[in-house]
Amino acid sequence: MSGGSDSEEKIRMQLPIRGGDFSKAGEASSKIKNILKQLGVSPAVIKRVAIACFESEINIVAYANKGQFSVDITTGEIRVLAKDEGPGIECVEMAMMEGFSTAPPELREMGFGAGMGLPNIKKAVDWMKIESQVGVGTELEFKILFGGGENG
Amino acid sequence: MKISDMAARFGFEMLTAPKDSEIEVEGGYASDLLSDVIARAESGNVWVTTQTHVNIVAVASLKELAAVVIVSGRKPDEETIDLAKTKGVCLLGAQSPAYEVAGRLYEAGIRGSPK
Repeated sequence: MSGGSDSEEKIRMQLPIRGGDFSKAGEASSKIKNILKQLGVSPAVIKRVAIACFESEINIVAYANKGQFSVDITTGEIRVLAKDEGPGIECVEMAMMEGFSTAPPELREMGFGAGMGLPNIKKAVDWMKIESQVGVGTELEFKILFGGGENG
Repeated sequence: MKISDMAARFGFEMLTAPKDSEIEVEGGYASDLLSDVIARAESGNVWVTTQTHVNIVAVASLKELAAVVIVSGRKPDEETIDLAKTKGVCLLGAQSPAYEVAGRLYEAGIRGSPK
């Protein structure tokens, strides 16, 4: 790899996530968390990464057919691209509002669909971008700085 | 307070054992909304909930909670129990409802975060 930061150590991973498989939900997030622990990233930062990853993972499991995390870890930050093939989000602005949810009753009974997922992610990360196409899927990308960014 | 002491004191049924029986419970959190627990529970907390499905294990594991107390005599299904065993997540069963359980834990000095 070439580029300005090629002296930095880099870890790259692709973690597949199956839509509808609640028994495996959280595994990709746990993997990421364990790697950051091994790297000695601070617990406060790991906590934020865990929140953002888990919420993204749950969104894919609950709503999409399938998806994956593409993870990039350098010495200074983690970037996660959560990409799915699914129904997409009709109005991202509304979905970002706390309390707004399109979850069906079955999901709500399980304690999901409180309309807190995307707002929780936003609070946990230093940067995020979300692009969605109805009927195609959603791409959510976020970044968390290890050096105690604006939320650190 | 150790988990086993807490279970004995309040008559909780130990559905699955903790990974480490010496672990101390540090504070508590009560909620049935998973996103709320993900955002606000602290590691070492005991989590009081009516939820019984398999995702409580993922949440407890990710947040490194000390134990989950499932209230009102509700029983988790086999899938939940199996995953909890695999992940070393301690599940406890209480006959009393959430308010009562949280109140007793609070009384015993297991506090929440006031914010």
